Amino acid sequence: MNFDFSSEHRMIQEQVQRFLSDQSPLSVHRAVMEGEQLQASSVWKGMAEMGLQGTAIPEAYGGVGAGYLPLCLVAQELGAALAPVPFSSSVYLASEAIGLYGSDAQKENWLPKLANGELIGTFAVAENLAEITESHVSTAVKDGALNGTKLVVPHGLVADIAVVLASSADGLCLVVAPLDGVARKPVDVIDPTLAAATLDFENTPVEMLGAQGKGWSQFETVLHRAAVLFAFEQIGGASRALDMAVDYAKDRFAFGRPIGSFQALKHMMADMYVALKLAESNAYYAAWALENNAPDLHLAAATARVSATQASQLCARDNIQVHGGMGFTWAYDCHLFYRRANYLSVALGGLNRWEDRLIEALPGAAA
Amino acid sequence: MDFTDTQDEAAFRQTAKQWIEANAPVHLAEPLTQSGFGSTRTGDLDPIAEAKRWQKTKADAGWACIQWPEAYGGRGASPIEQVIWNQEEGIYSKLTGTFIIGQGMCAPTLMAYASEDQKRHYLPKLASGEEIWCQLFSEPQGGSDLAGLRTRAEKDGDQWVINGQKIWTSGAHYSDYGILITRTDPEVAKHRGLTMFFLDMRSEGVEIRPIKQANGDSGFNEVFFTDVRIPDSQRLGGIGEGWKVALTTLMNERLAIGGGISTGFPEIKALVDTLPLASGQAIDDPAVRSKLADWYAKSAGLKNTGARAMSALSKGEIPGPENSIGKLVAGGMMQDIAKFALDLQGLGGLVTDPEIARSQAQLQAMLMRSPAVRIEGGTDQILRNIIAERVLGLPEDMRADKGLAFNQIPTSESK
Ligand SMILES: Cc1cc2nc3c(=O)[nH]c(=O)nc-3n(C[C@H](O)[C@H](O)[C@H](O)COP(=O)(O)OP(=O)(O)OC[C@H]3O[C@@H](n4cnc5c(N)ncnc54)[C@H](O)[C@@H]3O)c2cc1C
Repeated sequence: MNFDFSSEHRMIQEQVQRFLSDQSPLSVHRAVMEGEQLQASSVWKGMAEMGLQGTAIPEAYGGVGAGYLPLCLVAQELGAALAPVPFSSSVYLASEAIGLYGSDAQKENWLPKLANGELIGTFAVAENLAEITESHVSTAVKDGALNGTKLVVPHGLVADIAVVLASSADGLCLVVAPLDGVARKPVDVIDPTLAAATLDFENTPVEMLGAQGKGWSQFETVLHRAAVLFAFEQIGGASRALDMAVDYAKDRFAFGRPIGSFQALKHMMADMYVALKLAESNAYYAAWALENNAPDLHLAAATARVSATQASQLCARDNIQVHGGMGFTWAYDCHLFYRRANYLSVALGGLNRWEDRLIEALPGAAA
Repeated sequence: MDFTDTQDEAAFRQTAKQWIEANAPVHLAEPLTQSGFGSTRTGDLDPIAEAKRWQKTKADAGWACIQWPEAYGGRGASPIEQVIWNQEEGIYSKLTGTFIIGQGMCAPTLMAYASEDQKRHYLPKLASGEEIWCQLFSEPQGGSDLAGLRTRAEKDGDQWVINGQKIWTSGAHYSDYGILITRTDPEVAKHRGLTMFFLDMRSEGVEIRPIKQANGDSGFNEVFFTDVRIPDSQRLGGIGEGWKVALTTLMNERLAIGGGISTGFPEIKALVDTLPLASGQAIDDPAVRSKLADWYAKSAGLKNTGARAMSALSKGEIPGPENSIGKLVAGGMMQDIAKFALDLQGLGGLVTDPEIARSQAQLQAMLMRSPAVRIEGGTDQILRNIIAERVLGLPEDMRADKGLAFNQIPTSESK
């Protein structure tokens, strides 16, 4: 037994951290947030040069084949840097879905270009203002053509292809849709760096991923696996928010003393630390379960997801509180973490859904 | 990263498992399973005697305090082997509660500060459960502000004379020895005038009075010292260095209490799996599922955090103040769980008779015992201070006693 990442994986993490602090400081995030560009394409290119998009994609399909453990650490650094790149959509969701359910030909066709960053993928699920459920998928595929609207597609403005949850005569399915001819409209969301779009599919030619009718269980599997990687992004962001709070509390004075000496704030930050530590430990276990396709992967993923969502929302929220009025300004960075934390919390379905999935995955639970 | 056993670990697990299967007191499995939190049930048998018997059986076969060196009664096992042992000992580990303070807190202090002869003399009997130790730290005027203690030790030749009072001393009534922190110099700042000793609890002048707890048990005591004599050879650490020695004990205390701590999750899960509510089965109720998921995530988080601490330990890193989170999370969680269970059951949740309410009564016991978890071994507030100051590096609290000699510090009497 060994419950830590290897020094080799830690080295990859450090490289990514150095690259991001150099190339993706928060000013880059701000530029995207304020609409100067849709995504930080130079950061995306730099990451591709390091092979990061292909970290877990097998070498046979143009990836690095290094597995999920280093990918988890890459995710943690991206979360800490708030890097405005479509990595989560393209790597944890689209590439994963194609890797899991694509035919050899499909994998040969799509994965090498996703691995080297030439193509950007996304995952199109939501259709209205409520969470998607198995019986309410109205985007439909018939005779290889897709029709319908997906409401909030993260990175939908920059993606080249989308993996879409759709219904068909035989039940739900996942399909790959090239987005060239698809009408996209920007949609305003809490985290403006998402390049979110509404996608209108009109007789869009698509490819089926795997068997028809298996779409919902495929969707659930992709979500669970992605949940582990999202959890690492969440703890990366939470940890940076906590650091910000602690640094500020040491510097800022009120009543003749540093505000970090007030117990109300100390205890608030201690609670942030506790939530973060629990989330980190659960994410570590889930990373191992993902890498090894462990029998309890779904439970481990849901557990990591619940803890990470709690920690990330708590740290982002209370970081603002520690900063007082300054924390509520556009100019100060607290809200960037708050926005991202809240996006990450619902990206794969909200906390409630994951609490429910966790209970479903518990051994011996009544269904 | 690897959460499975290596070949050696699997072999170790197998050996441990076989030995436990062949030697465990199976007749106690049933009452132990029914034990409420904070109590050890052994049917009609005396729990201390049964605990001692199991501990001695383990010690004779080399399975007691397995991480300790062989010369001190252990088997020189690795931290990971300790984790494996704990998993395999399972329900029978409830019998080891009696020894936690001695083995988990006093022993590491002895290992760090006692002479080699003393270690070889005292540790093996501590490991085998033949001798029980207690921790004489807290006093009536303050447990959080431990360094404000008043029990005096005055030098007389090569002996020390002790006068004063300790309180909340768990297990003093059945302990053979205790580690005792005293004030040897009231004229310097409070942390600087302390000195640590160990003593025979049967020494002349030691008087032990049990205290009845809020939950009706009597686990802790008042201990009075009147002209008790301790040889200087039983001093642990230098004169005036008692605070440093106490920190060794306290850090290990949080590891010992926080390490394999119960959280109440299995108990609440068992309850909601079978409990009917007005709306249907409890386990199908969304509010129940939400709470349950939160608690599962916390208890898994503690387990995985413990596993990471063990990995760090096996790489030679020293357990740090970050281990304070175990007890902090588990204490609050147990109290929340017990309250939630009470709410779900209504009046039935009040029943403490285990004949009527078998597994539920464990939750009732938890309701009554869990407040103590948030106090013993450092209160929730003190633990948050420790995390804030020693892990996050935030400034210390403003202290009204800073820079004052101990005998100049304001107290409730002087205000
Ligand atoms: C079941 C049980 C077993 C115990 N066993 C032992 C034992 O074997 N040996 C032993 O020596 N002791 C033992 N204790 C004592 C225990 O360590 C103390 O009770 C504990 O440290 C708190 O001290 P106190 O009771 O004096 O409360 P106080 O220190 O008076 O605390 C009262 C309240 O004030 C708060 N407070 C105090 N200081 C601060 C601060 N700086 N910042 C914020 N809040 C503060 C506390 O959090 C608490 O809420 C045991 C206690 C219990 C309940």
